[in-house]
Amino acid sequence: MFRPIAEAKASDGTRVAPVGFTFDGRAMTARAGDTVAAALLANGVQACRQTPVSGAPRGPYCMMGVCFECLVVIDGIGNRQGCLVPLRDGMRIQTQAGRRQPDEVQS
Amino acid sequence: MATHTSSSETDVVVVGGGVVGGAIALGLARSGARVTILDEGDVAFRASRGNFALVWVQSKGLGMPDYASWSRRSADQWHQLAGVLNEETGIDVAHSQPGGFMLCLSEDELEQRRQTMQRLHNQMSLADFPYEILDHDETKRRMPDIGKDVVGAVYSPLDGHVNSLKLFRALREATQRRGVAYRPNCTVDSITPRDGGFLLRGAFGEVAAAKVVLTAGLGNARLAPMVGLDAPVKPSKGQIIVTEKTAPFLHNPMVTIRQTDEGGVMIGDSQEDRGFDTVVRQPILSVMAERAVRMFPRLAGLNVVRSWSALRVMSPDGFPIYDQSETCPGAFVVTCHSGVTLAANHTLTLAPAILSGALPETLAAFSARRFHVPAHS
Repeated sequence: MFRPIAEAKASDGTRVAPVGFTFDGRAMTARAGDTVAAALLANGVQACRQTPVSGAPRGPYCMMGVCFECLVVIDGIGNRQGCLVPLRDGMRIQTQAGRRQPDEVQS
Repeated sequence: MATHTSSSETDVVVVGGGVVGGAIALGLARSGARVTILDEGDVAFRASRGNFALVWVQSKGLGMPDYASWSRRSADQWHQLAGVLNEETGIDVAHSQPGGFMLCLSEDELEQRRQTMQRLHNQMSLADFPYEILDHDETKRRMPDIGKDVVGAVYSPLDGHVNSLKLFRALREATQRRGVAYRPNCTVDSITPRDGGFLLRGAFGEVAAAKVVLTAGLGNARLAPMVGLDAPVKPSKGQIIVTEKTAPFLHNPMVTIRQTDEGGVMIGDSQEDRGFDTVVRQPILSVMAERAVRMFPRLAGLNVVRSWSALRVMSPDGFPIYDQSETCPGAFVVTCHSGVTLAANHTLTLAPAILSGALPETLAAFSARRFHVPAHS
């Protein structure tokens, strides 16, 4: 549904190698430095969370930190805003199912 | 906005469409009245949309036992209101009454609370007020997540909370289904007694009614004198922080911290005298956050998603004002800073009384006449 409008290029004009990550265990690739939300959309992921209120599936919407629809679990930490986190090689991204668990919240 | 003139007949005009106006309008409509709500536009200071959603009893009424009884009565009847709203709209407003805590972070704070509760308890008619003073260990037994800085707490089984946005929504929906005309962007410029009733005018046109109920929050100060009433209310600013949603870990509401039914944790209860200023300011927020984290260290790991401020509607002594005009019978004023707590009374008790033309005897103490005479006990 979504694809990048331009190839990723380094400052010397060479192509940037894609990075690998997983979403719910599925291996995917995208451009390093793109946001997690953009990387998921580019891979055809349309829903990345279920709301804690109704359980409805939701996906990235505003892409600028406002709508909180792109929440995902990144490397074990829940409720991360995917549109504000740059993708890094080897990230483990998972669907945010409902509320974040308080046990993962460390003081 | 286009200005036009229209005239319509209705039994009661409620001026102000917040939680107080909505609750009264619902009660009036359930009693068979034709009701119109005239609400201001988005320029209004809407306390109903900024509140902390407590149905709170334990700390209320020092200096006015009638207020303690009135609050308690509403808390008791809140189950019935929640049932009515669910029946009329299918909306569950998430009311629960698991008992509330007031946490103290120093021996001084706890001692002050102890003395206040003692004085409250000594007032006539409140001798059976149930509460407990808990030390750190007992508080921790009941709420395992408290931090070491919590020296103790006051607990009362009477306290509860709701989802106030759902309450607001349910009141709007229920009044609409009952045929109440809700008219937004209708600032009332003048109210004139006419033919034993009232004529309300503004840029929206005119509305005539036999009775008028002023529930305009801070706007009541301007409107009340038009019908021989007095509502000397001033704003008291409160700020609130809300966190991301997490699975439930706070099972009781507290004065300054509560977890909503949907999972967000609200931190609140600041009070500032800053006129009509509603700017959110960091120094206050950081004090609120710091105290909250000392109470529940776990909160330090949660993300804040939003903060906001709103203006409480405060009378000179902090208690509500309920009055019917002596010079213009049929005109009522209702103003309080606990529209959520008192919603059950407003729908189930106050509205039928207004329709019958006389406020209940239990509300005599709430007349604004108390501000006009020297206070002697």
